[in-house]
Amino acid sequence: MLKDITLGQFFPGSTLLHRLDPRTKLLAVVLYIVALFNATSVLTYGILMVVLGTCICVSKVPAKALTRGLRPVVVIVAFTAVINLFFTGGEPIADVFLLRHISAKGLVTAISMMLRIVMLIMGTFLVTYTTSPISLTDGLENLLSPLKKVRFPVHEMAMMMSIALRFIPTLIEETDKIMSAQKARGADFETGSLIQRANALVPILVPLFISAFRRADELATAMECRCYNGGEGRTALHVLRYRPVDLAVLGGFAVLAAGMVALRLAGL
Amino acid sequence: MSTMLETKNLTFYYPAEEGRKATAALRDITLQVEKGSFVVVLGHNGSGKSTLAKHMNAVVLPSNGKVYVDGRDTCDESLLLEIRQRVGMVFQNPDNQIVANVVEEDVAFGPENLGVPSRQIRRRVDDALAAVGMSAFARHAPHLLSGGQKQRIAIAGIIAMEPECIVLDEATAMLDPVGRREVLETVHRLNREMGITVVLITHHMNEAEEADRVIVMNDGQVVMDGTPRQVFPRVAELHDLGLAAPATVELMDQLNREGMDLPLDAVTVEECADAVCRAFGIGQEE
Amino acid sequence: MEPMIRVENLTHTYSAGTPFERNAVEGMNLTVMPGEFLGIIGHTGSGKSTLIQHLNGLLKPTSGHVYLEGRDIWENPKEIRQVRFQVGLVFQYPEYQLFEETVYKDIAFGPGNMGLEQEEIDRRVRQAAELVGLPEETLDKSPFDLSGGQKRRVAIAGVLAMEPKVLVLDEPTAGLDPQGRRQILGLIQEYHRRRNATVVLVSHSMEEIAQNAHRIAVLKNARNFMEGTPREVFARAAELEQAGLDVPQITRVAMALRRRGLPVDTAVYTVEELKDALLRLRGGAAHA
Repeated sequence: MLKDITLGQFFPGSTLLHRLDPRTKLLAVVLYIVALFNATSVLTYGILMVVLGTCICVSKVPAKALTRGLRPVVVIVAFTAVINLFFTGGEPIADVFLLRHISAKGLVTAISMMLRIVMLIMGTFLVTYTTSPISLTDGLENLLSPLKKVRFPVHEMAMMMSIALRFIPTLIEETDKIMSAQKARGADFETGSLIQRANALVPILVPLFISAFRRADELATAMECRCYNGGEGRTALHVLRYRPVDLAVLGGFAVLAAGMVALRLAGL
Repeated sequence: MSTMLETKNLTFYYPAEEGRKATAALRDITLQVEKGSFVVVLGHNGSGKSTLAKHMNAVVLPSNGKVYVDGRDTCDESLLLEIRQRVGMVFQNPDNQIVANVVEEDVAFGPENLGVPSRQIRRRVDDALAAVGMSAFARHAPHLLSGGQKQRIAIAGIIAMEPECIVLDEATAMLDPVGRREVLETVHRLNREMGITVVLITHHMNEAEEADRVIVMNDGQVVMDGTPRQVFPRVAELHDLGLAAPATVELMDQLNREGMDLPLDAVTVEECADAVCRAFGIGQEE
Repeated sequence: MEPMIRVENLTHTYSAGTPFERNAVEGMNLTVMPGEFLGIIGHTGSGKSTLIQHLNGLLKPTSGHVYLEGRDIWENPKEIRQVRFQVGLVFQYPEYQLFEETVYKDIAFGPGNMGLEQEEIDRRVRQAAELVGLPEETLDKSPFDLSGGQKRRVAIAGVLAMEPKVLVLDEPTAGLDPQGRRQILGLIQEYHRRRNATVVLVSHSMEEIAQNAHRIAVLKNARNFMEGTPREVFARAAELEQAGLDVPQITRVAMALRRRGLPVDTAVYTVEELKDALLRLRGGAAHA
């Protein structure tokens, strides 16, 4: 059933990571990525692994959830690794069978590429796992607010995102219901040629779109009735505020990123 | 008592379709709703009751005549926010009026729009959720709540704007009996304890039993207006309008046609039972 | 007589193996005889919607069996569509599934999926439209231009046109005004009578069920709770109230009268019944 798909990756909790300002987490993940792309050696990767490991431990997010998040990208990771493994030039490791095609340099590149992608994904997932979608949206809106000066509709974007988050489960449930109803009239979605199957979607998509438009219309009226007037002059229930711990974390990640750049320049 | 809502010769036409004459959804309606009262507007689908509701916070503007909210003309655009802050509206479909994916964020939506300072919003949200009995759900996702709970969240979202009046536009129509009872109990309590004026639009006769006033609409006009005890005994007229009186009144009306003499204004189950027992010469339950 | 539908020890588990795992239906049993009008009542979450989606094979039992005229409907999963043509299911707010350009085409969707001849489809569409009271000229209109009540009748006609032996309806009157409710219940009765069809009506309105069904099954917390004729069920009105179900107002009047010492039967559920009971009582008193 479509209903079984869990949406939003948020794991509610009250750990240090959960309590950090969403902007801190967003900025920290950017710094972490900078650091990651400057890591080149066992030492630097080691440092980053410790950092990531500590964050995971602090967050109390189950390791299973993190590895599950990796599943969709396994193919890409494996593919990148294989390409690097076989197509990086250099001295072969040994003169037997497959090893003939693999250089030590290739092996190192493959491993580091793999590590880089896995750690990148785990780091960003950790942020979405520990931040509710709504505060993530708030954080983004706040961080991007300088763009308002160039007339970029930051508030509208954020409002759209949060309404989408609100209505995705509702629309999934609705799709489920419409599908069942058409099946009850003998609709067949499972057999037939590609064109037949595409045609079979019409009885689902038409009612779904009509319903989505009706909902949008009603929601707009309801929002107006609650005095919604665009972003101008709006206040917020949750005010974003950097606390000392946010500054400390941000400082830490800034040092981490700068350190990595320095280490790379120093050739370590 | 002062007036919360007032319509003066209110007439409304929906835009005409091509080649057809526009028909009036509301015809020359003049009425006042007192502050603090609980008014139920009844009528079958197409009677104009929902259109009337939508005039009460300027979602729809009159074609002719005037609507005043606490003395403010709804046609004056500069008063729009003041009007909508005073009169909150709960709609039929509980899903299509919840904006946020966390209950308390949704309740905060109105005050946020009004620019209420953050700390005050916190207090208002907590108070509003307590007023509708949903405090325990503050951090929940709305799509997992029942219909009745969603409507109570919608009501809390209005209470947080500190309104004087709530209009429920068929807000119970999609609910099951449990949800309907939840919503009714909530608005009755808000009316009693906070003095909030309530206008409840419905086609469920039973929801009118405890109202101060019942307005029955048909074909865009007000055809009956009075207390439940004045309106419900007019059983034949209600039938002509495609409505039914509560089963209690129907019963006594039918018994009267068989030659008994029962008072038709005994509306509730207990009153009805008392009246019937009296007619049978049986003493009151003590 | 062979039952039309027999549900045996049915359990359905949603989201099995996740933290959200729950049984929507647990060890349920149900028998519906041919030509019977069965009412199913229970509040939201009682499992009634899940139960009826098993009757036409939209859901597959986690455990237990569903038999249609003595045959397990899952005996041959490939044939499950045939079951859906025999057990017509009308969902809640069915007007939200309309999708075709014209009313005619929408009603013809089900019969078309059955692979019927064009002529037969035409006969069925017209007959179903007539049965639900849609005038001839609406058939060429877009279903989206109709009123709410008419849309619902189009959607029900779409299921009736498959001429199912069993008609199952989930809250067919939800959201309608008293007039609309009467119309819909009238056309269900009409289909029941004309085709001698078996009808299963799900509702949370006791009044509605009591006035239409021969027999009532009451569900509570995913399980069977009570079963019997309307009189048998309403004789246990106090238990129904405790289960959070709405007892008809007229039944509550009868209960209040009895508490006051008037010897009326509390198993009444229509105004007429209570009126007659009271008149009999008065007649008896006058003669005594």
